[in-house]
Amino acid sequence: MRAGQFAPGRTIGQIRRNWGLYLLLLPAVVLTLLFAYKPMYGVIIAFKDYSPASGITGSPWAGFKYFEKFFHSYQFTTTIKNTLVISVYSLITFPIPILLALMVNQMRPNRFRRFFQTVSYMPHFISTVVMVGLMMILFSPSTGLLGSLYQLFGGEAPDLMGSAGLFSSVYVWSDVWQHVGWDSIIYIAALSAVDPSLYEAATVDGASRFHKIRYIDIPMLMPTAITLLILRVGGLLGVGFEKVYLMQNDLNITSSEILSTYVYKIGLLSSQYSFSSAINLFNTVINFILLIMVNQISKKFSENSLW
Amino acid sequence: MGFVEAATNKSMGKVKNSRSSDTVMEIAMYAFAVIFLVILMYPLFFIIIASFSDPSAVANGQVWLFPKGFTMDGYRELLRHENIWIGYRNTILYTVVGTAIGLIVNISAAYALSRKDLFGRKFLSLFFIFTMFFNGGLIPTFLTVRDFHLYDTFLVMVLPFSVIVYDIIVARTFFQSSIPGDLWEAAQIDGCGNLRYFVQVVLPLSKAIIAVLGLWIAVGYWNSYFNALIYLKNPDLYPLQLILRNILITNQMQSSMGTGEAAQIALRLANLMRYSVIIVATVPILCLYPFVQKYFNQGVMIGAVKE
Repeated sequence: MRAGQFAPGRTIGQIRRNWGLYLLLLPAVVLTLLFAYKPMYGVIIAFKDYSPASGITGSPWAGFKYFEKFFHSYQFTTTIKNTLVISVYSLITFPIPILLALMVNQMRPNRFRRFFQTVSYMPHFISTVVMVGLMMILFSPSTGLLGSLYQLFGGEAPDLMGSAGLFSSVYVWSDVWQHVGWDSIIYIAALSAVDPSLYEAATVDGASRFHKIRYIDIPMLMPTAITLLILRVGGLLGVGFEKVYLMQNDLNITSSEILSTYVYKIGLLSSQYSFSSAINLFNTVINFILLIMVNQISKKFSENSLW
Repeated sequence: MGFVEAATNKSMGKVKNSRSSDTVMEIAMYAFAVIFLVILMYPLFFIIIASFSDPSAVANGQVWLFPKGFTMDGYRELLRHENIWIGYRNTILYTVVGTAIGLIVNISAAYALSRKDLFGRKFLSLFFIFTMFFNGGLIPTFLTVRDFHLYDTFLVMVLPFSVIVYDIIVARTFFQSSIPGDLWEAAQIDGCGNLRYFVQVVLPLSKAIIAVLGLWIAVGYWNSYFNALIYLKNPDLYPLQLILRNILITNQMQSSMGTGEAAQIALRLANLMRYSVIIVATVPILCLYPFVQKYFNQGVMIGAVKE
């Protein structure tokens, strides 16, 4: 359907002919309206003094009161700094799955390669709760694996889970451990699409393995990598709640309180609905701006963009 | 194809012999791969042997390659914990029902969106994709769920968040690239409607994408604790992960114990149980994976990002 061919009669005919397709879409559309778009309307409680008794529409307007309250609170710099430290740190590990994929691609397709891949995906299936539980058990300086390892060499293990200074490192590297294999699948799939004759031609021209990786494999991965990178930067302030919240304790709280855990505590644990929504909205808006900016930049300097 | 491959290997082999840098790289690569495998596998292996070992041997660093002081006490203790079995039952229910709902909702929407003759296709895609980047946030979503009287019900665990836009995009790409458009035209001439075509022709051709999405959704439900943490109050509805969190992370077991020697034994059992509970909670979902693995190579992953 080109725009030039647009005719109302035809459109209605087409909708009527394809009514079955709209029926297939119906459940997803209804659920999205109810549980994604309706809460978007609820965001206005960030600008109101929300009280459950009077509801969203009935509550009086508060203007930017709650935003100012957040900007002036002592938690403002801490939570933003912690969120940024963790997400920028994670961003630095972005190339690791790519390196792994390049390596797997160099392996001959045999049993070892299959085994290697299967094992590298496995940790991905561990739940966040089990993962953090695992870390607490293994990293315990007195009874854990790490403690035993240090004892073997006559040293004393650092308390990884109870250290504010090491929090971001523990968070980021345990994530790499858990997801690097899984994250590399997409790049391995992209590499499998390389035309074998390219490698052949390169071999004839005397290219070494390294040359082939540099001039065939890496350019092949760029579009996929950039798309994923844009998505990651777009979520820079959106460090997930799940793992950080589980890893939090009194000892590391100074560097583990991030925007999403703060939103949870203010909102659900101390029932300050409007204040919590304001912090959340601030977070979402910044993410949205980042996403648009990065997409624009990528559009300008390469041909890749999300839209 | 086989011939070309053989020829390529042969010529690559020849060149490789003349390039010592390639040989060095090969050796370094496999050495690294083996180290990487050990780092990934050893912690998991350790948990397995520790779950069968005397807890004090584990704490003293005597367990490295084999269980020491073989015991099944951890598993026996597990059997006595009623909460775990309630959690198990709930998680299985949530996973089965949630995966069924998720597959129906997302696969049908994805198919409709994959059809080029769907009027309003662009708008409808945007309608879903927008929710990936903007959302109401924790509190407005919480209030919405409560307004619909879903708080603390079975339904809240399987229905409100069953639309997964990322999965829809992946499935849409799959349908676009692997279901030929001519097929629909032929079916239409035979008088077949959209719904019958979807059920009798499209679905049987789409086992790969159904398997992959099914795995993703099932793993998501099996491992999730966030929704339960926020939307459930009644312990009889708690999924396994929330109970695991109490055992592994917040250590709620120990508080109920007395003092003296009995408490010492109880504490040791509790520690042992933490190893076995990890295994019991993780193995079932890991078992799903091998059945689905063969479908991963069908290009689903590239489609996901390439749009």
